[in-house]
Amino acid sequence: MSSNVVDNDSFSERMRSNLIGLQTIVIKEVTRLIRIWPQTIVPPVITTTLYFIIFGKVIGSRVGEMSGVTYMEFIVPGLVMMSVINSSYQNVVSSFFSSKFQRNVEEILISPMHNATILLGYIAGGVARAMTIGTIVLMVSLIFVETLSIYSIWITFLVALLTAILFANAGFINAMLAKKFDDIAIIPTFVLTPLTYLGGVFYSIRLLPQPWETISRFNPIVYMVSAFRAGIMGDRLNSAAFDIDLGFAFGMIVLFIVVLFSLTLWMLKRGIGLRN
Amino acid sequence: MNSESADTKALEIRGLSKTYGEGTVALRGIDLDVDEGEFFGLLGPNGAGKSTTIGIVTSLVQKSAGSVRCFGVDLDRDPALVKRQIGLVPQEFNFNQFEPTEQIVVQQAGYYGIPRALARQRAETYLRKMGLWEKRNTIARMLSGGMKRRLMIARALVHEPKLLILDEPTAGVDIDLRRATWSFLEEINAEGTTVILTTHYLEEAEILCRRIAIIDQGHIVEDTDKKTLLGKLNVETFVLDLESAAPESLTLDGYTHRLTDATTLEVVLDREDSLNAVFDQLSGQRINVVSMRNKANRLEELFVELVESNESQTKTKG
Repeated sequence: MSSNVVDNDSFSERMRSNLIGLQTIVIKEVTRLIRIWPQTIVPPVITTTLYFIIFGKVIGSRVGEMSGVTYMEFIVPGLVMMSVINSSYQNVVSSFFSSKFQRNVEEILISPMHNATILLGYIAGGVARAMTIGTIVLMVSLIFVETLSIYSIWITFLVALLTAILFANAGFINAMLAKKFDDIAIIPTFVLTPLTYLGGVFYSIRLLPQPWETISRFNPIVYMVSAFRAGIMGDRLNSAAFDIDLGFAFGMIVLFIVVLFSLTLWMLKRGIGLRN
Repeated sequence: MNSESADTKALEIRGLSKTYGEGTVALRGIDLDVDEGEFFGLLGPNGAGKSTTIGIVTSLVQKSAGSVRCFGVDLDRDPALVKRQIGLVPQEFNFNQFEPTEQIVVQQAGYYGIPRALARQRAETYLRKMGLWEKRNTIARMLSGGMKRRLMIARALVHEPKLLILDEPTAGVDIDLRRATWSFLEEINAEGTTVILTTHYLEEAEILCRRIAIIDQGHIVEDTDKKTLLGKLNVETFVLDLESAAPESLTLDGYTHRLTDATTLEVVLDREDSLNAVFDQLSGQRINVVSMRNKANRLEELFVELVESNESQTKTKG
């Protein structure tokens, strides 16, 4: 009954095998995303629509311009990024922890897939949800702003993609370490939400008095939100409104991804939170 | 069984130890060999170390010391290759309860690098063999307990492993289904798949396994072929159903016996005793026997004997 798949053990066969494994996890995650769309797609869209109405329309009309654009235009990139960050994190943390809780993570742990394949598969699932919701939120914003021209589609897309990768990876670590459902709510509630709200979604950090502006620069989300805003607004923003240097922001996000990815691979190799 | 490949070890375990984080010692340096094509039974009381051993072999538990080789491949050196050769049917349901039956099997094939089209074919083959094809679109949690067990067997076979490990595969399964599962396991073993089985049903081990190891308190207390093992059984209790009520004067010289009711007689025989002598004595008293059976499964008697002996030795050492 031995299989030819088992007997063929070349490097290219292993690569092919891992690619099929990766594809399988991605299909599983996207199927899950679609199957439970009322939980995965609808809530973040409703929440951000409410932000558009309350902060953009009602309060924003009294705020006036920020960084050279209307307040509504200013918060659009921030709210898209907030959706991207929360969605990528939530998707992976809840999916992987559910697998742990139901013990079907064992299906993956006993398989010959490389740890990097497992991690990339779950990250891809998180990215799929984040980019879907980010796109929907961007489309919803068209209801509230007259026009939405994108300065650089590449900067916009790359920042969103890298941010989604980073937070999907962070969600994976949270799920690995979590022992009960409460544990997957702690980081989003006490770390992610405060950092996002204080990360320049609703204001430019340059408006903050010292030492708060300097302190804010230690918040990595500031760099992601600002880089994304720069990608959409470009030179329509006052030059003084650029909270960060774009190259530095990219470097920072990539560095965080490399550090978290390496840390997760090490944790998977040690079986932390997964193997006794 | 592939007798010509009996020299190849499907599994070689040497000095395997496991101490859990809280200090519980589950395995104390066990050695175990399973030949290719073998139908091997790993028996032991609860907490003996069976599931820990299986967990280490399947990479779900990290060992504290020792080595595991599967078809000559060291688990530490090439875990991926070892994993590709093993299929696991765990003791507890561990699939996503919210996914359809077929999807669970197809996904598992994908994790082993089997292309989707082939995975679907294989899923159909094994779901049909397990009598689950009609339930392919049913959400797993809607299946009965027996169906869930069969789903886990189909899932474990979809990548066509050379070594199939089943941890209590028939727990909670009705007798018809249990016998169907036994028959299926014998069939795949006959096709060349090495099978390792842990079970609480000692009848199951006696029927299926050609070689049996008994593990207790992290030690292997016995590891031999079934015939040799059963040969170590010193006493056996037979239950005789009598045609009519036995007289109060019934005697069986030289045998321990008792009447459990008027027409049921239990007789304890040593290994060297002959049943003919018992029948001769009963015939002499005009007592007819209409049927006879073992009081307990033979392996069960031996199992209890070995485990009790190991416990008393441990206490003495302690």
